[in-house]
Amino acid sequence: MPEPAASALLEMRGISKSFPGVRALDGVSFEIRAGEVHALVGENGAGKSTLMKILAGAQPADAGEIVMDGTAVQIGGPRDAERYGIAMIYQEFNLVPQLDVAANVVLGREPVRAGGWLDGGAARAVAAAAVKQLGLELPLTIPVGRLAVAQQQMVEIAKALVRKARVLVMDEPTAALTDREIDHLFETIRTLRERGVGIVYISHRLEELPRIADRITVLRDGRVVGGGTVAELPQHEMIRLMVGREMDQYYPPLPPLDPAAPVVLAVRDLRSGSVVRGVSFDVHAGEILGMAGLVGAGRTEIVRAIAAADIPSGGEVSIDGKPLHAHGPHDAIAAGIALVTEDRKGQGLVLGMSIRENVTLPHLELFSQRFGFVDRASEGKATRDLVQELRIRTPSIEQRARNLSGGTQQKVVLAKWLTERARLFLFDEPTRGIDVGAKAEIYELMTELAKQGAAVVMVSSELPEVLGMSHRIVVVRDGTIAGVLTRAEATRERVMSLATTAHGAA
Amino acid sequence: MGTAIDSKAIEQRARSAAVRAWLRYGVVAALVVMLLALVAYFTRGAFLDPGNLINVLRQITYNAILAAGQTFVIITAGIDLSVGSLVSLCGVVMAMAANALPFHGVALVAAVLVVGALVGAAAGFINALPVVRLGLPPFITTLAMMLMARGLAYKLSHGRPIPIDSDAFNTIGIGFTLRGLGHLFKLPGIPVAVLWMAVVLIVSGVVLARTRFGRYVYAIGGNIEAARLAGIPNRRVITAVYVISGICAAVASLLLLARFQSGSPQTGFGFELTVIAAVVVGGTSLFGGSGTIAGTFVGALLIGVLNNVMNLANVESYTQDIALGAVILLALILDQVRKRIWS
Repeated sequence: MPEPAASALLEMRGISKSFPGVRALDGVSFEIRAGEVHALVGENGAGKSTLMKILAGAQPADAGEIVMDGTAVQIGGPRDAERYGIAMIYQEFNLVPQLDVAANVVLGREPVRAGGWLDGGAARAVAAAAVKQLGLELPLTIPVGRLAVAQQQMVEIAKALVRKARVLVMDEPTAALTDREIDHLFETIRTLRERGVGIVYISHRLEELPRIADRITVLRDGRVVGGGTVAELPQHEMIRLMVGREMDQYYPPLPPLDPAAPVVLAVRDLRSGSVVRGVSFDVHAGEILGMAGLVGAGRTEIVRAIAAADIPSGGEVSIDGKPLHAHGPHDAIAAGIALVTEDRKGQGLVLGMSIRENVTLPHLELFSQRFGFVDRASEGKATRDLVQELRIRTPSIEQRARNLSGGTQQKVVLAKWLTERARLFLFDEPTRGIDVGAKAEIYELMTELAKQGAAVVMVSSELPEVLGMSHRIVVVRDGTIAGVLTRAEATRERVMSLATTAHGAA
Repeated sequence: MGTAIDSKAIEQRARSAAVRAWLRYGVVAALVVMLLALVAYFTRGAFLDPGNLINVLRQITYNAILAAGQTFVIITAGIDLSVGSLVSLCGVVMAMAANALPFHGVALVAAVLVVGALVGAAAGFINALPVVRLGLPPFITTLAMMLMARGLAYKLSHGRPIPIDSDAFNTIGIGFTLRGLGHLFKLPGIPVAVLWMAVVLIVSGVVLARTRFGRYVYAIGGNIEAARLAGIPNRRVITAVYVISGICAAVASLLLLARFQSGSPQTGFGFELTVIAAVVVGGTSLFGGSGTIAGTFVGALLIGVLNNVMNLANVESYTQDIALGAVILLALILDQVRKRIWS
């Protein structure tokens, strides 16, 4: 093995950073070699984002140095980072949706003709060259906003290539991709690696790391707690390092299903938009129904139609045998339906409001007195109970949702819907982008809800989660149900085959 | 076991809330104090005369009442440009009603106010309809209403102010109340119009801060989709804030009507901009989701003090506009700086 220091492209040495009341990074050292994929893992709040923000020049470090090609460099802002060939691809892309692919790829370094006129032909040539080097096919003249997420990500990668990036940081690049798109992304990453680019790969999906990463560094509470080659760090070891304890039981045991349990949710020939095309299924009291399928198969649209977030164009939804004729979310909530959306920041929370105000928002009439006055004392009591029950880590219930970590935000979204009257819980990707510890807590909560007799539907793109947490699994393909598997029947292969083939071999 | 910790946390929270409130209004307060010092110097004490201070309050009455309604609208991330024109339309209609209705005294005033409020509410409803049904930007719908209401006011009045025959409005226009309180300042009392302003501000403030409706207003401005999915009747709440703004226009218009004893199609010209300035200087975000009535009052007061002082110092009106614009900009810059430092 070569000396690490000799071949290091970029080194961060002894980086420390404190925020008021929090020591975010404590003497972290991290290096990236040319032509390697270095995975950075850790729970939310472990310090990954802060470390990368320092690398990007978005935040200054309190202590430590950054060394590039053996010389210490100062990264005072994004311009410096770009000059040293450091590029970032965040979960939320930095693209201009109205501009076409070529214009986005050359954004900020547009080729110009004499007199300062934009040279569109040259821009397309530059973009085409980058796309070709990556072995991709992208329509150069289509506005980026009309591309699929996976294609937009490729535009970001092409952009980094045009900028001659030597270090590329990717934050949760597979979070919104289907399995096939992930394969494609990994090929592109390997192409970059062969070209000598050093890639920092941040992901919560530990199971994908053996396929793509060369080395792994584990952060916990702002410190490096372990690292090594992929071969040296099996998944259970990574989890142990991340959480600081053994996670022998990742999924809690499901409560036994009562065969005589009544049907809570009955869906018949449900249609919605152009995506949901005739869906029928039942969910019983105490049952957790997993909903698997490819991204775009219509799973989110199905649960949105049940909760009247979109008004169905046909079919029937019944709760406890009573047909539901909802004109909007209000009616569905009154009928006992709770929709926990995937997009926490966009749809789940009012970020400028406190935990208390967010938690009571769907049920504010329960906390109201005469003339519509809000009873803050009873609001506070209910919220504190939920904060305790869900172990929401926060200094106060008056903390703004904006200032909470991803896992904590997700718990606040859950807390919104935990009331006596909720009969049916629809979870859309409940554990996306949150850390291992919070995941385990959310699984426990789902099990608890089922035990208390609620019906639970869980949409998830993580197969192990669907297999580990469902009594039954409904597989959705092209807006219809491709098949239903019991827990005993379900395997990774059968679910994938139903999800991907027109006549699934189930 | 949690109670001891909780009470301590609550105490701490209350203290930090007080600190935040000070920071929030401290900047504006500092500006006011600086101004006062300058003013006292340039006007040789005329500003600090109790009569003048009460005068300032009376002058900001219309702006503050309109700004209270506008605060609701802006917190939902909307805007109401029609308020200035609605003041004139309501004024003309109310003057006509005052001359036509067969009532006297307080009954006449009440009936006229009801007529004006119906006009304002209807205009607000029309403002909101295309916003909630078709998703049109309120900037455009209220701009259209601004033109239509002003045009209608001119048509109804044939371009001339309509004098009112009754003297039932004198009390509101020039009357004083709370004589005991007034004597403290060596005045005949507090102007009735100022009392109207106080009532509007207090009711608005309480509704916004303490009721379910108020909470919904903030939620819609903060995240309209999360609000909808939480079962909040977004359309109804948004419609209501424009109706409130329209009714506030009617109230402000009644006070102007009483003051000038006539309803004129020219009243309220350009009011919308001073109103929005007061709301924004008072710390309400144009992006929605945050803001308070108390802040709006401070904003209206600041603008009022500035105008008054410049009048006392005999600053000519063009210079006044320049100074006013500069102060609005300065207040917002300081507010941003404060947010950057304390976030």
